[in-house]
Amino acid sequence: MDDLLLKVEDLRVSYHTYAGEVQSVRGVSFDVKRGETVAIVGESGCGKSVTAKSIMGLIMDPGEVKEGSHIWFEGKDLTQNTKKQWRDYRGNECAMIFQDALTSLDPTMRVGKQIEEVLLVHGKASRAEAAGKAVEILRRVGIPNPEIRVREYPHQFSGGMRQRAMIATALVCGPKLLIADEPTTALDVTIQAQIMDLMKELQKDTGAAIILITHDLGVVAGIVKRICVMYSGKIVERGNSADIFYHPHHPYTWSLLNAVPRLDLENKQSLMTIEGTPPDLLDPPKGCPFCTRCRYCMPVCREEEPPVTDFGDGHEASCWLQDERAPRTDAEFMHNLKKQENKD
Amino acid sequence: MNTQDRQPLLEVRDLKKYFKSAGGTLKAVDGVSFTIYKGETLGMVGESGCGKTTCGRTAMGVYPKTGGLSLFDGEDVHAMDRAARLKFTSRAQIIYQDPYASLDPRMTVADIIAEGIDIHGLASGRNDRTKRVYELLDQVGLNTEHANRFAHEFSGGQRQRIGIARALAVDPEFIMCDEPISALDVSIQAQIVNLLIRLQKERGLTYLFIAHDLAMVKHISDRIAVMYLGSLVELTESTRLYENPVHPYTRALLSAIPIPDPDVELSRTRIELKGEVTSPIDPPPGCRFAGRCSKACDKCRTETPALREIEPGHFAACHLV
Repeated sequence: MDDLLLKVEDLRVSYHTYAGEVQSVRGVSFDVKRGETVAIVGESGCGKSVTAKSIMGLIMDPGEVKEGSHIWFEGKDLTQNTKKQWRDYRGNECAMIFQDALTSLDPTMRVGKQIEEVLLVHGKASRAEAAGKAVEILRRVGIPNPEIRVREYPHQFSGGMRQRAMIATALVCGPKLLIADEPTTALDVTIQAQIMDLMKELQKDTGAAIILITHDLGVVAGIVKRICVMYSGKIVERGNSADIFYHPHHPYTWSLLNAVPRLDLENKQSLMTIEGTPPDLLDPPKGCPFCTRCRYCMPVCREEEPPVTDFGDGHEASCWLQDERAPRTDAEFMHNLKKQENKD
Repeated sequence: MNTQDRQPLLEVRDLKKYFKSAGGTLKAVDGVSFTIYKGETLGMVGESGCGKTTCGRTAMGVYPKTGGLSLFDGEDVHAMDRAARLKFTSRAQIIYQDPYASLDPRMTVADIIAEGIDIHGLASGRNDRTKRVYELLDQVGLNTEHANRFAHEFSGGQRQRIGIARALAVDPEFIMCDEPISALDVSIQAQIVNLLIRLQKERGLTYLFIAHDLAMVKHISDRIAVMYLGSLVELTESTRLYENPVHPYTRALLSAIPIPDPDVELSRTRIELKGEVTSPIDPPPGCRFAGRCSKACDKCRTETPALREIEPGHFAACHLV
């Protein structure tokens, strides 16, 4: 069987607003193999959620998936889908869980009913079977007393429980791809750890591929194999987990890694920050999108888009610093990394 | 800092705050005691619903207390008359969690920041007021041209800076930071934390820093109090807490923090916490954590452990240490 599940090719998404065309996603390509976990990491507004929504076919007016974008799912181009085909695909082949479980679940509907609905819409079970399956899947995601809980409403669930219920709703049809958009951002650390463990475990059982979208590199360290770092609608660096954490090549990735305080570092040291704000996507810069915030910015960065440098084994970065004519400047980051290694 | 010449600024003794709810008495804060010394940062961590915000607000006199005592510079916060209360608000301020809900959408940034200046009559005239606002904007890293805009024109990080400028406007000694960064992106969180640390150095501020992100709390705090269901379970210096946590809950919390390092992350074992925080409505006797604790014994279920000093400056509430 073909190993490739999803291939996104030159995805461009724009939103037409009164102020002009906001280019949220500007040429993103990546692929996901069956059963693997890929993370998309970036700040708010970098286009990571829009990318996810495009894969789910959820880009609505005034948004537009541009001509020339392709999303191949098991060899079929989703951008050519009709409404009917999207409906069959959504929830069945590919499901999504969102950050805020309370607003994503219907407050007027019993939790069990919401799960049954997915099964009924896709014709996966009869009404009688669906009720039993709902209890079963709630038990599977670790909700105690599922027989009672199916009859309750979302507001009677705690935050962690709601997220579990949403995972249950997403997985009940056995999708091949699960997109998790900041699934733990609204949760406490202890609950976050529980949910991440649950997702890991369920992935092992069901063999579903996962696209994990987050702004926190700490969350992805223990779970994903490959990481795409996104900035202002583009993937600026990609590679497997070890490459991104131990040998990052893009200054944006360096800053992301250094912005997180580590337990083993001195207190009240100044954290390395990314000054300024991301560029306005109404009028994206012609050069590197990160140039205005990058401390290693060179004149060429403002003028021309950086080429993609390949470091082998799928590790790529788009940065002019990798050009052979550029000075070597990753000394600062490497220094920090060493300090951490010594302490470990 | 030398322990002898530390002066207490906020002293909280056996503070209690109960709410009446449909199911019984909700004991949000149940006998919390701690002291914050001048110039230090006390971090307060715990899961959502554990009562850390309620504790902070009750200590500041925002909520009336049910029992106990909260002394600010020796004066009972809850027994102040109008004049004393006004004086107190110029010395103690709050920065709120949600930068979207805590700024009035109908006021300009200048008016938001200057509200405290106006109430306390700190400016000598219109020009002085504007000058002060500009200085504050500059201190928190915003432009003076932002003064006449409205809050909705700003990003989350910028709004939080406005909230900080508002708190600084009355030149306070003490600021309660109630989860000031949890609504922000990682890179913006670092900016705000750096700003808070810088302001503390420049102005000699004292902070009560409430958060659930332990890594960030450790970064900014001198001492940390860990709260669980309305009471403190551990309190000590921040480095000590990370090197030698004694309470099972603290250990579990620490082990749940994700570390941005795949090798470390894959090799460490996590102390799993089963379930979630139980209901604080009419809690059963005994240790509140007993239901989720892997080491709980019979004594834990019958007798509530008191917070006691297990080594100098290190307090814990557990029968087993």
